Amino acid sequence: MTASMPAPERHPRVLVFSTNAISDMGIDLAGSAHMNYPVGVEVIAVPCSGGINPRWIVHAIDAGFDGVFVAADGPECSYLSDCVARTAHVVDRAQALLRERGQDPARVKTAAICSVCSEPFVHHMVQFTKALEGLGAHPTALPAVAAGTA
Amino acid sequence: MTGRRIGVVVCQCGGNISDYVDTERVRAAVAKEGDVVAAHVEMFACSDAAQQNAIQEIREKKLDGIVVCSCSPKLHTATFRAMAERAGLNPYEYTQVNIREQDSWAHTHDREGATRKAIQLARSGVAKTALSEPLTPTRVETTPQAVVVGAGIAGLRAALSLSDLGISVHLVEKAEAPGGQVVRWGRIFPNDKVGRTLVDGLVAEVRRRENIQLYTSTELVEKKGRLGAFEVTLKTAAGATIPLKVGAIVVATGFEPYTPAPGEFGYGLEGVLTLPEFKELVAAHPGPLVYHGREVRTVAYIYCVGSRDASSGSPRTYCSRYCCSATSHIATVVQGLDPSVHQFHLFRDIRTYGRYEALYDRALRGGSVFLRYSEEAPPTVRAENGSLVLNVRDQLLAGEDVELRPDLVVLVTGMVPRSNEGLVKALKLPLGQDGFFHEVHVKLRPVETVVDGVFIVGTAQGPKNVAESVASALAGVSKAGALLLKGYVDLDPLVARVDPALCVYCDECTKACPYGAIDRVQYGDREVAEVNGVLCKGEGACVPACPKEAVSLRGYSNEQITSMIDALVKEVA
Repeated sequence: MTASMPAPERHPRVLVFSTNAISDMGIDLAGSAHMNYPVGVEVIAVPCSGGINPRWIVHAIDAGFDGVFVAADGPECSYLSDCVARTAHVVDRAQALLRERGQDPARVKTAAICSVCSEPFVHHMVQFTKALEGLGAHPTALPAVAAGTA
Repeated sequence: MTGRRIGVVVCQCGGNISDYVDTERVRAAVAKEGDVVAAHVEMFACSDAAQQNAIQEIREKKLDGIVVCSCSPKLHTATFRAMAERAGLNPYEYTQVNIREQDSWAHTHDREGATRKAIQLARSGVAKTALSEPLTPTRVETTPQAVVVGAGIAGLRAALSLSDLGISVHLVEKAEAPGGQVVRWGRIFPNDKVGRTLVDGLVAEVRRRENIQLYTSTELVEKKGRLGAFEVTLKTAAGATIPLKVGAIVVATGFEPYTPAPGEFGYGLEGVLTLPEFKELVAAHPGPLVYHGREVRTVAYIYCVGSRDASSGSPRTYCSRYCCSATSHIATVVQGLDPSVHQFHLFRDIRTYGRYEALYDRALRGGSVFLRYSEEAPPTVRAENGSLVLNVRDQLLAGEDVELRPDLVVLVTGMVPRSNEGLVKALKLPLGQDGFFHEVHVKLRPVETVVDGVFIVGTAQGPKNVAESVASALAGVSKAGALLLKGYVDLDPLVARVDPALCVYCDECTKACPYGAIDRVQYGDREVAEVNGVLCKGEGACVPACPKEAVSLRGYSNEQITSMIDALVKEVA
């Protein structure tokens, strides 16, 4: 940032894949408790984190999201007893695809978020947003979006 | 643009959204989207009047998709699907966008940011809807049987009422005998009935019913299957397993009384009892109270022990609801046994709500003295020369220090959740921050859980008095009954499908599916995979496995997800 031309403040954009029955509830709970987290975080809910197509993650980064966070079902998944391993595999594949394309695999992160994990979710979002700020804007990054007052 | 005719409703939620999000700006922005032909703002989109408006708009503007930007889909997906259906629209061409829990409430200090985010989320909902397709739910039969876990007062009542409806009940109790907490309590409010008598009546009736099977010393250890057709396994204390097929599961596992820590308000000293212990003592005395051979002349009650604990990190921030009324009631019972007993009530707030105020009034008129203490200066209890000394700063006497030398100190302990680890694991039910089973919505869906077909009733869901527990049990019965008496259930058709044109039958999806829901079928001159819609759970394990992207989930197709992402990143003016 130069003194002559102050650039607008840019918040990293994070796409979260949540799961309908588990992690989306935890994310809802964070909002219900009015726990504020970075406004650049947006959520798409799917049935189960073990069913996420790695290409969606790559597409999100290509489209301009700075990072993708998979809010996984964890061991409580009611569909897949090995959901943790399957989700880890999905994230590994997405990271490998990013690496192949010369993008930083650190733009993808996952953690299990349970249905009452509001505080851990907020913590992850704050930390991940900070980490993404450290990585700098990626080549296809969007201009300042969702630049709010806070 | 896809040529669809989509309508958008932006809900203000009476300020819950519009206090933090400029809903008119969201409406105006989304109205410019290619496929959107109608968009309006409602104060409460879920109200009857607002639903009527939406129905009229769907019909008049011949909409083929509707997006409601409001609260979490957990609350109102069913409401708005039904609304769409009433308007003649396929319910699966409706999309709910969460701009409350995941936007307005999460960004309360950033109106501009929250408004922009709402616009992006709304556009993403439109993008998803534009690629939606009309779907028909899969109809499957339900098993007209239910399992009720826990044979306390709520479980017993639930079992009898389900039986009244003609539903066969398996009533499972972990303890050796049914009855739960109430049997030990003697006379209980509001009607002064004896707990044991109440329970014995219910148990006798349960044993008379041919369509109720009572299992004692037995636990539910496993649950498989789905709503309407669960396969559960019971395990007896002797180690025998009993497999059952049931359509619904009612969880009535109750609570545990809070046990104070040693030394908490003198707990552990002779003469310091908890409320349930004191109730048992009173129940055992037909005449004047005697404790350890000594006549009881003075009783001091300390309220809110273990409840309403605001200290950091405490899970017991809640009010246990029943204790103020129960203590006022037991004071009137003690007065009845011996009117000369002195009773002092050290309270923070008296919450004898509704008609239970009459109990407080009776205790007061009967000579009970109420002293108010503050959370910051709680009473202290110590032993001195073999007797108890209690000090309290009475707020109603301008902070005057009062010293009492009671024969008994009763710690009015509240309710804490039962430790039910095995059951929590078997049923995969979420717990709330207080540790009780978590309902979908405390007011709108108080006995339903995120696991369809599993209901939580009584104090398993949170502190309640007996009347409230029974009311909750009957609510669970209504829900389970409505589900099972219909005889069938419509399963979400949001299951996987295979595009046979892309499929080369490599077998990867079959290997990925733990439910055996993928069949091998002939397609022209070659074999392809096909999804069995009844067996498929719709979790999508096959989706990342397919190297050809031939498999996708209905409602979450590759095209839908990527177009939602594209809509989210589109710039906001």
